[in-house]
Amino acid sequence: MAGSATGAGEASRQGWHDCREAWARTIEGLAEADPNIVVVVNDSVGSSKLGGFQKKFPDRVINVGIAEQTLVGVGAGLANGGKIPFVSGASCFLTARALEQVKADVAYAKANVKLVGQSSGIAYGELGPTHHSIEDFAWLRPLDNLTVITPADPWETAEAVKWAAGYEGPVYLRLSRMPVPNLDIPNRVFRPGHAELVREGTDVAILACGTLVHLAVQAANLLAKEDISARVVNFSSLAPFDRDAVRAAASLGAIVTAEEANIRGGLGGAVAEFTAENMPVPVQRVGFPGFLPTGSIEDLFEAFGLTVTGIAAAARKSLARRAR
Amino acid sequence: MSPLNDTAAGIRAKAGWMRRHALKMVYDKQLGHLGGDFSATDILATLYFGVMRYDAKTPGLPGRDRFIMSKGHATGAFYSVLAAAGYFPEDWLSTYMQPNSKLNGHPNRNYLPGIETNTGPLGHGLPVALGIAIAGKLSRLDYRTFVLTGDGELQEGSNWEAAMSAGNRHLSHLTVIVDRNRLQQGAGTEETNGLDPLDDKFRAFGWHVEMVDGHDVEALLAVLGAPVGDRRKPLCVIANTVKGKGVSFMENKAMWHHGVPSAAQYEQALKELV
Repeated sequence: MAGSATGAGEASRQGWHDCREAWARTIEGLAEADPNIVVVVNDSVGSSKLGGFQKKFPDRVINVGIAEQTLVGVGAGLANGGKIPFVSGASCFLTARALEQVKADVAYAKANVKLVGQSSGIAYGELGPTHHSIEDFAWLRPLDNLTVITPADPWETAEAVKWAAGYEGPVYLRLSRMPVPNLDIPNRVFRPGHAELVREGTDVAILACGTLVHLAVQAANLLAKEDISARVVNFSSLAPFDRDAVRAAASLGAIVTAEEANIRGGLGGAVAEFTAENMPVPVQRVGFPGFLPTGSIEDLFEAFGLTVTGIAAAARKSLARRAR
Repeated sequence: MSPLNDTAAGIRAKAGWMRRHALKMVYDKQLGHLGGDFSATDILATLYFGVMRYDAKTPGLPGRDRFIMSKGHATGAFYSVLAAAGYFPEDWLSTYMQPNSKLNGHPNRNYLPGIETNTGPLGHGLPVALGIAIAGKLSRLDYRTFVLTGDGELQEGSNWEAAMSAGNRHLSHLTVIVDRNRLQQGAGTEETNGLDPLDDKFRAFGWHVEMVDGHDVEALLAVLGAPVGDRRKPLCVIANTVKGKGVSFMENKAMWHHGVPSAAQYEQALKELV
């Protein structure tokens, strides 16, 4: 089915947004109000949508060139000098090339650095596994002190950026460039470390993050037609990890996780670890198995089941395992 | 804030105190990096007692000069100078690397005052110092940022990323001091992955370079204490040093990178470090 990978045909995609626009708008607004806010980039002004920021605040864009270790180290230094640095670059390079700087200079040192991973997951599609960032969850999740947030839509992106600016400590914001709709949740409040209930359900819980959340909602709608009541939870905070939300999910007896990431070590890994030790229940993980073959974003989502039908199938499988 | 402006003789006395404490710390724990502690000691004593502006009782002052210990394994020297400068009580030195000590094998800024960033893995100090210097320029503060690197450490590419950026930005208030003892963990730097001509390398990256005897306190004071003036370049001080300086049987021996003294060696070294 054409367009099923991202959950909608072209016609219904009006009102969908690239979350980088919300990021750029929000960081510009914050910078207007606080002269200490600066951005640090690795030749990534364009890919970070920071052209407007650069026009308004040319001195506050620190471009270190194509040098990721220095990118992150400079962020830690700027924080030492009283600035609030948002270090923005493609997730694949920011988190992999500079991982030791993220670990030592930022997380271990508790430096007030905001890492903004752009074009995360498989946003670079056909450019391949060197440019995919699907391992970042696995290598950032064990780092103490580092808050890891994967916003699900433009609203949450803006709220997470605002929150990060006011929070004293290290943060990783994992942004996508894949257009997504705003989730339809009344009276939302962004609370880092807390999973967000998107849709109540009583048979199976789908814990999703980022670009997979709106697909999980559609999967729940599909399952409802089969009289399966699926809860959908937006698990945007991978760290701190909302154990209560996983406990509540496990109490239903069947769990699905869904993420635009390698399932080894990411959200699915975290949920599996927790449930195995505390409340063993079936967990079906939707995500990528490893290095991916050549393909567009849509091709790869479809091929590996990061789809409405793929998530629904995982839910049925989890329920079937519970029944055994 | 102004520098303590100790005399050269006073600084040499502080350096002797630091070496004796580092020796005891490493001997008691039977763990540490004395060779690199001793090559760096005179540089640290000169910075803290003759050059840098800071208030050890108020370590977070925005206008303070910053020091980054990029060769983070040389904590015998680093913790000794911080204690001598009054950042924490001298008796804490005896807890060096003991269980749950604030004096970890590598420095942690969340454990002790006076530590600007956590180091240990090599090649991290200069990029962080670069960020501190950029912040100072943005905030129009005239503080200076000093970073001490080992020489073998310059084999890490991250240093050259940062050196290139610092040169391009004309960061006059940034100073890197290279502890040029010519030995790394297992062998000489030049037989491992040669650095010479190191001065030309930094010049090519846009730095002003000074060469100095890293154990000559007067010479260190002259180079590090000189006003920044209208120099529009970051400063690289290549301090030629002797690994294990001050203890005859340790000097210029790669095995004293992380060698630990026996009881007899400890007594002998103490005698030499009066």
